Amino acid sequence: MNEFLHQLASGLALGGVYAITALALVMIYQATQLVNFAQGEIAMFSTYFAWKLMDSGWPYWRAFATTVVISFVGGVVIERLVVRPFAKAPVLASVIVFIGLALIFNALAGWLYGYSVTSFDTPFSGRPWFGNVYMSAHESGAVAVSLCVLALVYAFFRFTPLGLAMRAAAQNPVSSRLVGIRVGWMLAMGWGLAAAIGAIAGMMAAPIVYLDPNMMAGILIYAFAGAVLGGIDNPFGAAFGGFAVGVLENLMGAYVVGAEVKLSVALAIIVAVLVWRPSGLFGRRLVARV
Amino acid sequence: MLEVRGLKAYYGSAQALFGLDFAVEKGGVTALLGANGAGKTTTLRALSGLIRREGDILLQGKPIDALSAEDIARLGVAHVPDGRGTFTDLTVEENLRLGAYVRSDRSGVRQDFDRVFGYFPRLAERRPQQAGTLSGGEQQMLAISRALLMRPNLLMLDEPSFGLAPLVVAEIFRILGAINRDDGVSMLIVEQNASLALDLADSALLIETGRVALSGPSNAIRGDDAVRRAYLGY
Repeated sequence: MNEFLHQLASGLALGGVYAITALALVMIYQATQLVNFAQGEIAMFSTYFAWKLMDSGWPYWRAFATTVVISFVGGVVIERLVVRPFAKAPVLASVIVFIGLALIFNALAGWLYGYSVTSFDTPFSGRPWFGNVYMSAHESGAVAVSLCVLALVYAFFRFTPLGLAMRAAAQNPVSSRLVGIRVGWMLAMGWGLAAAIGAIAGMMAAPIVYLDPNMMAGILIYAFAGAVLGGIDNPFGAAFGGFAVGVLENLMGAYVVGAEVKLSVALAIIVAVLVWRPSGLFGRRLVARV
Repeated sequence: MLEVRGLKAYYGSAQALFGLDFAVEKGGVTALLGANGAGKTTTLRALSGLIRREGDILLQGKPIDALSAEDIARLGVAHVPDGRGTFTDLTVEENLRLGAYVRSDRSGVRQDFDRVFGYFPRLAERRPQQAGTLSGGEQQMLAISRALLMRPNLLMLDEPSFGLAPLVVAEIFRILGAINRDDGVSMLIVEQNASLALDLADSALLIETGRVALSGPSNAIRGDDAVRRAYLGY
């Protein structure tokens, strides 16, 4: 029983990372109906940036905050320079741009920092929290940080005028322009937010999976699976899906099939759920009138 | 308020308007009449910067023909689009707050909320409701209210009667009249229902295939034999 709870709890830690990465994917998806395949590599690059800052002696939280801010700006710049010119292009052109971005950031990180696996600091070290024997301090911290991010993003979109304008721009761009909302900038802000969230996800994941240019590849697949499982048009569902995938992955690895094929089995379960509910557990079913 | 000279508009490479000239007086109501496909909706879209256009468009004497839709809206041109442009997944209250998005005068916005709830009490009852679940008439009221929260100089309405029951249409036009009288909002109104629009308007123009066929005071337009037969039906 203890062992089971332990596996469950440590699944939640990476699950939190999947959850916020899924949230970042959903944000871009809702505005553009496109999945940003570069989300993971941009997050990895941000994590290297944080590592570089800490390596040069910065304290953890200062490096953390700086990385989040720089990543936000970077996300905005990428949208303006690289993504925006393809706004009216066919879907496949955008997909190629995203894949290209992913490859570029991956190669850039390898070239700048090398391909060797590096350890990454955590601010949550020492004894487990509140006598929680099932999770390490970092795992508890990662879950807490993920939940904070989810709460902050929710509050931002729900309660601030800018958040409302971003939702409006994603939903009905024409009506948004007619009330004076600068829709193009809202999209850029969305990219900025997604990059900032990605940076946090990367920094929470790196102490667990270690830092290397390919660290986010698997995480992105799990996060995408989580988003689709929960419903890619529903931020709450996507976050739930992320946690669910994290737990499922861990339990599968520990009890059912072993670590080698746990990815396949977890994905098989997701496919099964989607056969049963094609728009995800919490997704809205789109019914087209004929 | 609005002066338009030689307005041309395009959808891609297809030209839809071929040089319109007309004006909306300050505090006045101009009706834009015409058959389906004549270019009424296109005219409004061209004025608010949603499609490519050429020609002189002067708002209170200032040219706006080179501005983006966002900037034209910020100058106080409120466009209630065809199909009402509801943000269907947002609540009624959020739809209205978006109308006031670019304003920073909090107390003025609060007054305007009270004002539109005075005109349309039903919206006040439905404040927390998801806007997509409103009836057609309520969504039209919401679209007009959202536009009023921009505190517009010029209100452009695209077929506010479309698809609504006669009683609801009568109520909406009564309130549009009140808005024009009490708040002095200038209006440009596109309507299929010519008789209704001419009752509200002080001047009117009739367009056919992207050109002005006839224009003048609404009484004169109403008296025109061709208009009477084609659009008023008697």
